[in-house]
Formats: sequence, structure tokens, C-alpha cells
Amino acid sequence: MADTQSADAFVEFERVQKSYDGETLVVKDLNLSLPKGEFLTMLGPSGSGKTTCLMMLAGFETATHGEIKLDGRPINNIPPHKRGIGMVFQNYALFPHMTVAENLAFPLEVRRMGKSDREAKVKRALDMVQMGEFGGRRPAQLSGGQQQRIALARALVFEPELVLMDEPLGALDKQLREHMQFEITRIAHDLGITTVYVTHDQTEALTMSDRVAVFNDGRIQQLAPPDQLYESPQNSFVAQFIGENNTLDGVVQEIRGDHCTVKLEDGSIIDAKPVNVSQPGEKTLVSIRPERVEMNRDRLNPDAHTLKAEVLEFIYMGDIFRTRLRVAGREDFVIKTRNAPDQRRLKPGEQIEIGWMPEDCRALDA
Amino acid sequence: MAETNAGPMLAADGTPLKKSLARALRRQKLRALMLIAPLLIFVLVTFVIPIGDMLLRSVKNDIVADTLPATVEVLGDWDHDAQELPGDDVWTAFYVDMWFAAERKEHTRLGTRLNYELTGVSSLFRKTGRRVDRFDTDIYADQFVALNPEWEAPQTFAAMLDGPAADELPLTADAWARWKEFNVEEGDAVLEEDVPDFVYTALHYELSQGAEVTGASERLRAAAAAVGEFETVSLRDQFADADEDWLDPEVWKTIQLYSPRVTPGYFANAADMQVTPEGLESRPENQQIYGVLFKRTLFMSLVITGSCILLGYPVAWLLANLPMRVANLLMILVLLPFWTSLLVRTSAWKVMLQQQGVVNDVLVWLGLVADDARLTMINNQFGTIVAMTHILLPFMILPMYSVMQTIPPSYLRAAKSLGATNWTAFWRVYFPQSVPGIGAGSILVFILAIGYYITPEIVGGNTGTFISNRIAYHISSSLNWGLAAALGTILLVVVLVLYWAYDRIVGIDNVKLG
Ligand SMILES: Nc1ncnc2c1ncn2[C@@H]1O[C@H](COP(=O)(O)OP(=O)(O)OP(=O)(O)O)[C@@H](O)[C@H]1O
Ligand SMILES: [Mg+2]
Repeated sequence: MADTQSADAFVEFERVQKSYDGETLVVKDLNLSLPKGEFLTMLGPSGSGKTTCLMMLAGFETATHGEIKLDGRPINNIPPHKRGIGMVFQNYALFPHMTVAENLAFPLEVRRMGKSDREAKVKRALDMVQMGEFGGRRPAQLSGGQQQRIALARALVFEPELVLMDEPLGALDKQLREHMQFEITRIAHDLGITTVYVTHDQTEALTMSDRVAVFNDGRIQQLAPPDQLYESPQNSFVAQFIGENNTLDGVVQEIRGDHCTVKLEDGSIIDAKPVNVSQPGEKTLVSIRPERVEMNRDRLNPDAHTLKAEVLEFIYMGDIFRTRLRVAGREDFVIKTRNAPDQRRLKPGEQIEIGWMPEDCRALDA
Repeated sequence: MAETNAGPMLAADGTPLKKSLARALRRQKLRALMLIAPLLIFVLVTFVIPIGDMLLRSVKNDIVADTLPATVEVLGDWDHDAQELPGDDVWTAFYVDMWFAAERKEHTRLGTRLNYELTGVSSLFRKTGRRVDRFDTDIYADQFVALNPEWEAPQTFAAMLDGPAADELPLTADAWARWKEFNVEEGDAVLEEDVPDFVYTALHYELSQGAEVTGASERLRAAAAAVGEFETVSLRDQFADADEDWLDPEVWKTIQLYSPRVTPGYFANAADMQVTPEGLESRPENQQIYGVLFKRTLFMSLVITGSCILLGYPVAWLLANLPMRVANLLMILVLLPFWTSLLVRTSAWKVMLQQQGVVNDVLVWLGLVADDARLTMINNQFGTIVAMTHILLPFMILPMYSVMQTIPPSYLRAAKSLGATNWTAFWRVYFPQSVPGIGAGSILVFILAIGYYITPEIVGGNTGTFISNRIAYHISSSLNWGLAAALGTILLVVVLVLYWAYDRIVGIDNVKLG
């Protein structure tokens, strides 16, 4: 799976386990290492243990087993306030009884920084998030996006090398969210900060991160850069969790190098790329992205297998067409085609033939 | 876009929008009013009106003017500075008033009232009341009848005093009118009863003072001419005979001072002062008790509030931060005192703290305290503070808890992640946000404490009682309701002033119950 050990690792989880109640493991055998300056996103369904990992790193929960290292030093026994990790909470956690400037000055004050230095840094941090004029306001007098920016500025003002963010954009509307995604990545890259970012919005994960760790059931299912994650999911969970995906059940018939054939339930044969199947006779779940399905026989290999399909529904979505088909007994097979001048608009009831390049169709664990 | 219609906005049916909005709101308000009406009426009838009446009692003083109407009228002219007793006009009026008061048994109540101002007056009135219808004033009746037998008939008086002579003989007329009224009350016919002595006495007094009776009946003119020769009896001596304190001008001064229907006397008393003809004057040192009591009540309430904060804060914190199941258990323990009787809890403290009590026994057993030097922990301020802190603690914990519950744990975490130590995070971030809870709890405990009664009564002894105990004493034992009302009013004002000060300093919107 992911590279667990690397020489320049800045943050490292080594075989970390966590249980709250002594009965179930919320985090199971977590191995993760990230180099300095990386923007890593933890993505996963609700309850998969993302926040727990973050809290262990920040020091608010202790790992039941395993070791967490920061810059090569184990931090299991360092109290949270000495870890020097900036953190942005899901609800921002801006202190309501302090003004924005006081909020920002707080981490500097507890570090006993002089007044003039403090003021200069606060001003710089406010300017960085374009909130220069809001220093005198209370958090309650700010909009959600403004609060979010202040929370970010507060987490950065004491110049931590590592910043953790737990779903910081969860409460914002789409437009503001996209703007903030851009701002956060810009600032993180400009300052060269190592960032661990938690979200369950996959678009956010894909657009912002250097690498994404997909969590499920207390484990990292895959740790990879966004494009790899999308194009070559390691298992069926990742394939289904990231982006839209068509899946078909079948049995491996034959494996030859990085090409295999799979026999579907209705007896038809398709081409696929074996990812985590190893021998014929194994059950498998093949996954193919809607936009990689081809309707034009001419564009496929001459010996490619094809499937018969019946058009059930055609949806016009502006830039793309989305067509739902009946394929191999399933009615949820979707294809997407670009709205190009030569593109045909299919009609419900039409019979067509579909196929794909073998490397686009991945035979995963069943 | 320009507004084409310059007039007021109209609703769909053409009425002005404002008007129809007001109508809709009025209906809503009416409904709201009807919902609260039962409670409102209940509170008004059982609480606000009686309390208002009670507070009025602190200045009300009808009893003197109601019981001694004639005396009050003539006593107004008496010069109290002359150190001389009032003249015969007062004595005669007083005789008439006392006769009715004694018959109606009102003289003891009046005596009790005046006794608040001058000790000894109570027994003075009681003794006199027993004697007043046996005064030697029968000689007047005899002499009038000897002069003309018609004087014996009630009809004579009825005819005379219903006619123009009444204006000339105001006291007699008044006495007669009250006599008639008295008979009606008793269910008797005035014309069948003997004319009472005090009427003859009043008549004799007024005739001998030269009442103008020229236009009156022959009989009256004859009497007016004859009274100079009458044998007289001195009312002053008669009263002095009943009790010689009547010869003390102080008594008359007091009556005169308290004749008005509204008096500052109760308030003066409550403030350790007294009303004198010269104005307010502070009482002698050894009679000043209320100032000390008020100060003690405030001080002890503050101490109790303070100890409730100190003891309650950690508990509230625990409650708000423990897992639900454990917190619920702890909550039950906090609420447990509410489920036992106040009296039981207070008595339990008595058992715990007394000299032969549990705490002392343990201390002696541990050797910390000698057996012959057991600590006095009850029947003093210490006992009151301990018991009341215990009893009022839930009132502090509950508001603090409900406020703390609304403080998300992420604030503390945020503070720590920003580099604050546990203490700094608590003090700079958590504590300021829990202040509204402390404020609400403090107001609650302080106001409850300042008016507390049962516990100080039981465990307070002499040095640990509150002003409320004194108020209760005046309500139920000394029956000086006026003074009790004055003390209560002062207490109410003190609380309101403190509340106002609190609002100015802390801000009342800074108080949250959750
Ligand atoms: N303090 C706690 N005590 C007991 N169980 C907890 C506690 N916090 C979290 N859990 C459990 O641990 C599991 C993982 O929780 P975690 O908060 O890490 O999920 P998450 O991935 O952050 O989910 P989300 O996306 O909803 O925030 C959940 O099943 C949750 O019920
Ligand atoms: Mg979470």
C-alpha cells in the first residue's frame, strides 16, 4: 500500500490503533507518513476515523497502540500545547468573548511575545486572509466565510510548521467554499506549511491536495495523488467512493499479463485490467468510469469484447450528456458523452453496443 | 422604480396596511394574554395585592385616629413643649373615646400599637379600659335630673341633639351620635336605654365652657345657667386613679405624635431611629439592632454566595464534561437535597455540628480537639453559613452547569492547540465564557439567602440570625406588622438596588440560565 517509511517524513503514524471503548477499534493499524510541505487530505465517509486521527496528532486523544512522530520525535507524551501544531476546527472555535485581533494575538501572548511584535504579526496574518479592517470585531459579527478566514489566520499566526484542518469549509455555501479552497491551498503553498486536511467532500479533496488518503472502517484504503486515485483506484471501495462509477459483478475467466477477461452473470464476456485479482475463477467487481465507455466500435481494438445495451434514459446536462443504459441485467449503468457537434443524442429504447479499452476497466475485489 | 402611490400602503381589502397589521397583532396579543390570564390573576390575587397591602402597612397608622377620633381632634392644639398636661377638653374627649374603645375592646389593640413607641402604654390602656365605665361621673346625671326630670329621658337628648343645639355642643352631639351607632351595632334601641354618663359629662363640660345656647330650649338654657353650681368630678383625677401614668406628658406626646393616619414611625424604627416632635433622631446605642442585622444579613449572604461559587464551580465543570451516564448519576446526587425536606437537612446539620455532634466527636477522636474544648459550630454564624451553603448549593450548580454545557469543548482544545497551558486555556478561554452562569447562580443564591428564614432560625442562635427572622418575629410574635412591613420594604429596596448595581457592573444580559 502506501510507503510507510521514508527518510524525510515530517509526520509519521506507525501502526497506530485507537479504541474509545475498549471493544471496537476506531482506527486500525494506521500507517502514514508525509513529507514537509505536503498538503494531505483525509477523505472518507462519516465515522471512518478521520477526526480521531487528527485529534491523536494534535494531542487531544492518545493512541491506544503505535507511535506518532513529528519531525522524527515521538509525540505521544508531549502535551498538546507544546506540539506547536496549528489547528482549524470544524466550528472554527473562535473565542466569542475576544475580538478578532485578540483571538489572533492569543497564541502569541501565551508565547510571551512582545506587544509590538504581536501587533505586527496579527496585522500581517489579517492581511494575509484579506481581513485587515476586521480586527476590532467580535466573531459573532462576522459572516461564516469571514470567521473561517480568521480561524485560518489564527492557526497560522504563530507560524506552525504543521496545520490541521477538520472540515473547515463544511458550513459554507458552494461559491464561498470554492473560493476558500483556493485561498487555503494558496496560503499553504506560499508559506510552505505541511497540512493535514479532513473532508468528506471528494471534489474538495481532489482539487486541493497533493495526496489524498481515503479512509474507511479505520483504515487507509488508498493513499495517492488525486489523478491516480481517480484513474486507478486500488479497490472497489475507493472506486465507488471517488467520482461516479459503473460496476459489474463477474468471475475472472482468464488472466494474461495486465489483461484479463471477465464473465458476467448473464454470460457475456468483457475485457478488464486485473488490479487485485490473481487467478481465474475468482469473483470480481469490475469498475469503469462513465466517461470511458465507448459507443463507437471503430475506436476500440479490433478484438475487443462488446456488450449489448438498451437506452433507458437520456439526460441533457449542457456540457455533457448522461445516458442510462440496461447492461447485463443491470439498469444503473451510466455513460457520459461530451456535447460535441458530431455526438449522437440517443433515444430511449434504442439498442446500442458499448465497449472500452481494457486498461480503463479495472477488475477489483468483489 | 418610483413609487407611484404616495399614500400609505394598502392591504388587499383596501384598509391601510398598518391598521390591518395592528389588528392582526392585537388578536395575537389578546390570545397571548388569555393564555397567561389564569396565572396572572392568581398571582395578582394571592401575591401582588396582599404584598402591596403589606407594604402599605409600613406607613399606615389608622388605629389612633380611628379609636380616639375626638381626642385626636382636640389634642392637635395641645402644646407638647409646655411640659403641662392637656386641659379638660382633651380629658373629656378622651373619656368619651375610651368608653367606646373599652366597650368595643379596641383599647388593647391601641395600647399594643402605642406600646411599640413607648413601653408601658399597653398595660396603661388595659387597666384603664377596665375602669372607665366605673368612673364617678354619675353625679352629673343625677344633678341634671335633679334640675329637670326630663333630662333622664333619652328622647330629650334625641330631640335636642338632632336640632340646632348640636352645632353648639359638638362633643356632646358627637358622643350621642356614636352612642346611637353603638346601640345599632348591639341591636338595642337607643330610646329604651339609659343615657350613659359620658353624655352628661360631655354636656356638662360644654355648658360650663359657655356654649352658646340662647336660641335653644328652655330646659337647656336652665341647665346652662345651673352648671356653674354643679358639683364636679375631675376626669384627670379619675384617669390618674386608674393609672397614674396618665399624668406623664410623654404618654400624651406619643398619642399626639402618632395621631396622623400616615407615619414614618415604622421606617424610622427599622432604621434604628425614632420619631420625636423635633424630627427623626437616632435611637440610643443599646437599642440599635436593625442596622446590625441588615449588615449581617448582607455580609453572610455574600459569604454564602462566595462559598457556593467555590464549591459549585468544580462540580458544575465535572457535570458538564463527564460522559452522559456518569454525569446523570452525579446530577442526581446534586439534586438529592431537593428531594428531602429543608427542615430535615437543617436538623441534620444541627446533629452534625453540635458540641456533642458527629464532627466534634470525630475531631476529639482524632485528637485534634480536646474533649473539654469542643468547637462551637452551631447556633452561630458559622453554623448558618455551613448549613445554608449546603442548602443553596444546587441553585448555584444548576445554572452554572447549563451554561457550561453550552461551551463546546473545542474552545479549550483550540486554546491548547494555540499553545496555552491547561491553566491559561481555562482562565483565558473557558472561565470568561462561564461567567454568565456564575452570575445567574450568584443572583439566585444571594437573593434566596438574603430572605432565608428557616435555617438561620434553627441553627443561627443569636449571632447567626438574619433580618428575615426579625421580620417573622414581628409578624407572628410581637404582631407589629407595620414594623415587619417596613423591614420587608427596606429589604426589597436593598435587593433592588443591588440588582441595579449588578446590572450596571456586570450587565444583566450577561446572565444566562442555559
Ligand atoms: N469521544 C468518543 N468516544 C467514543 N467514541 C467516539 C468518540 N469520538 C468518536 N467516536 C467514534 O469513533 C468513530 C470515528 O469517529 P471520528 O469522529 O473519527 O469520525 P470521522 O471520520 O471524523 O467522521 P465525520 O466525517 O462524521 O466527522 C465513530 O464511530 C465514532 O462514533
Ligand atoms: Mg470528524
